[in-house]
Amino acid sequence: MDLNFIPLAFGQILSPLTVGYALAALGLAVHFGFTGLLNFGQAGFMAVGGYFFAITTVKFDWPLWASLIACVVGAILFALLLGIPTLRLRADYLSIVTIAAAEIVRYTVKTPSISNLTGGSDGINGSSRDFYRLNPLPDIRYGYGVLSYNNNEVWSMIVGWTVVIVAAVLVWQLMRSPWGRIVKGIREDEDAVRSLGKNVTWYKMQSLILGGVLAALGTVLVIIPTSLQPDNYGTQTTFFLYTIVLLGGATTVLGPIIGSIIFWVVLSLSDGILTLLVSNHLLPITSVQQGPIRFIIVGIALMLLVIFRPQGIFGKKREAHFSG
Amino acid sequence: MADANTTRAKLQIGEPGPGVKKVDPILVAHGVRRSFGGVSAVDVEHVEIPRNAITALIGPNGAGKTTFFNLLTGFDKPDTGTWELNGKSLANVPAFKVARRGMVRTFQLTKALSLLSVMENMRLGAGDQSGERILTALFSGFWRKREKEITDQALDLLTRFKLDTKKDDYAASLSGGQRKLLEMARALMSKPELVMLDEPMAGVNPALTQSLLSHILDLKKEGMTVLFVEHDMHMVQTIADWVIVMAEGKIVAEGYPDVVMRDPAVIDAYLGAHHDTDLGSLTGQLEVAKELGDSFLVNEISEEISDEASSKETTDGQ
Repeated sequence: MDLNFIPLAFGQILSPLTVGYALAALGLAVHFGFTGLLNFGQAGFMAVGGYFFAITTVKFDWPLWASLIACVVGAILFALLLGIPTLRLRADYLSIVTIAAAEIVRYTVKTPSISNLTGGSDGINGSSRDFYRLNPLPDIRYGYGVLSYNNNEVWSMIVGWTVVIVAAVLVWQLMRSPWGRIVKGIREDEDAVRSLGKNVTWYKMQSLILGGVLAALGTVLVIIPTSLQPDNYGTQTTFFLYTIVLLGGATTVLGPIIGSIIFWVVLSLSDGILTLLVSNHLLPITSVQQGPIRFIIVGIALMLLVIFRPQGIFGKKREAHFSG
Repeated sequence: MADANTTRAKLQIGEPGPGVKKVDPILVAHGVRRSFGGVSAVDVEHVEIPRNAITALIGPNGAGKTTFFNLLTGFDKPDTGTWELNGKSLANVPAFKVARRGMVRTFQLTKALSLLSVMENMRLGAGDQSGERILTALFSGFWRKREKEITDQALDLLTRFKLDTKKDDYAASLSGGQRKLLEMARALMSKPELVMLDEPMAGVNPALTQSLLSHILDLKKEGMTVLFVEHDMHMVQTIADWVIVMAEGKIVAEGYPDVVMRDPAVIDAYLGAHHDTDLGSLTGQLEVAKELGDSFLVNEISEEISDEASSKETTDGQ
C-alpha cells in the first residue's frame, strides 16, 4: 500500500496553492465577512490579476515590478467595472454581476482569436523568469523524503508566506481602525451608516478593490511556480474560497489563512484515500468518477458548515453571519 | 416652565396655516413632489421648519410623512422640488452629505448595528475621523487621539441615555427601547443642528418614553432643532412647539399644538374621534414608575404632569 499521499498532503500546508487561496480567501473575507458584499466572482479577480501579470511578463517582457503594478491595476479596474454600476444597488445585484463577470473573463481569455496573447485554453507558462532571478538561495535540495524542494520552490514559499503575513497584518490593522468600523457597519445596515454621514458607496468600492487586489496578488504567487490555466478560475474556485472562508471564520483574519491550509490538506488527503480505496476495489466507482466525488464532499462540507458552525473555526458565535 | 414660554414665543410670521413663513427657519422646502407609479405620495407646496424649536410632523398612516423625511434627508429623490438647510440647497445632495451638513436622522424601524458593540455604534456617529481614510487607518498614530476624544464624548452621551453599563455589549442584545435610545445618542455624536426623528416612540415602553421625551427636550435646550414624526398625540402635545399636519401627501394644517389639536378639520379627518381622551399615558407612567420604585422617574413624570397643567393654563389665558 502506497501511503506517500499522507506526507504529500501535509506538504500542502506550505504550497503555493495554499498561499494563493489564503490571499484570495482573505480578500473574500474583506468583501463578504467584514463588508457584507456578496461577491461570487472572486475567481474573476484571481484570473484578471493572473493574466495581467503573466501577459505583461511573458508576452511584453516587462520587469517584475512593472508586471506586479499591472496586476494590481488590473484588479482595481475590474473592481471599478463591477462596482460602479452595482454598489449603489441592493446586494443581490453585485452577486449576479460578479458571478457573470468572472465567467466572462474565463471565456474571454480562452477565445482562440486572442490566444497569441492569452494562450487560449493552454494558458501561459513561464511567469517565473524574473522572480527566480532574484532568488538568493543556493541551488541544493531542501526538505526530506517525498517533501523535497529545489531552491526556487523554497523561494516561492518564503516570499508567498511573507506576503500572506504582511497582508494579514494589514487587514487586521484596518479592521480594528475606524475604517474597519465603517465597513462592518455597512455589513450590518448600510442606510444607518449613510445616515451618519459616511460615503457608503465609496467604502464598499474600497473594500471591493482591497479584496480584489489581494486575490490578484495571491494568483501571481500561485502561477509563478506553476502556470496560469484559465479553467482554474471557474465558478468552483469561488465556491472553494467560500468554503475556506466559512471554514476558518468569515469575520476573522486568521480564519481564511488557516482555512486555506485545512482545505488543501483535506482535499489532498481525501484524494489519496479515494485513490487507495478505488485501486484496491474497495469502492464501487472508477478512477474517473473519483474526481467529481471530491467536489461533492466539498459541497456537503460547505452545507454542513453553514448549518452547524456558521462562525467557522475562529469566529465568535455571536458574530456569525447566518445565525439568527 | 421655560419650555412653555418658548412655546409661546412667536415662531411664524402672520397667521398660522399651511406653508406659513417662519421668523427664523432652519429648513425651507418648496414644491417637493414625489409619486410612486402615478400615486402622489408627497406634494408639499411650501413648508418652513422653525429653528431651535421642536416641530412635530403628524398625520394618518400613508400621509407621506416618512417619504417626506426620506426626501429631505437624501434617502429618496423627489420628482421636483427644492429645499435648503440654512439657506444652502440640499436638492440632489446624497444622504451622507446631508448628514455632514448637520441634519441627521433616525429611522422608524430602528437601525442599530447589531453586531457592533454599543460603543462602536456610538463612535461611528462621530465625524472628522482621519482613521476613516484607508491609508491613515493603517497607522494608529494618526487616529488614536481622535479615537479617545470620541470615546469620551460617547461615554458622556451613553451616561446621559443610561446605556453606559451596556457599552461593551453587542447592540443586538439591547431591548427595542434601548435601541431607539442608542440610535438617538449615536445621531448626536456628530453634534448636528437639526435632528430628524422618525417615530421615536414606536415600540418604546412607558418608562422609557418619559426619558426619551426629556432627552428630546434637552436637545432643544442645547440649541438643536428637532423635527419628528409621531403618532402618539400625547407626546406631540407634551413636547412640540409647532405641529405640521400632513394628509395624502399634502400639508393640511400648521400651528401651535394646542390650536392645531382643536382644529375640527384636523380632529375629524386625521386624529379620529378620540383625540382628547387622555389615554392615561402620563398618569399610567407615574404608576409604572412608582411600582418600579424609581423616584427620579416619579419626580420627572410628576413634573411633566404639572408642566402640562400650567401649559394648559397659559393657553387658556390667551
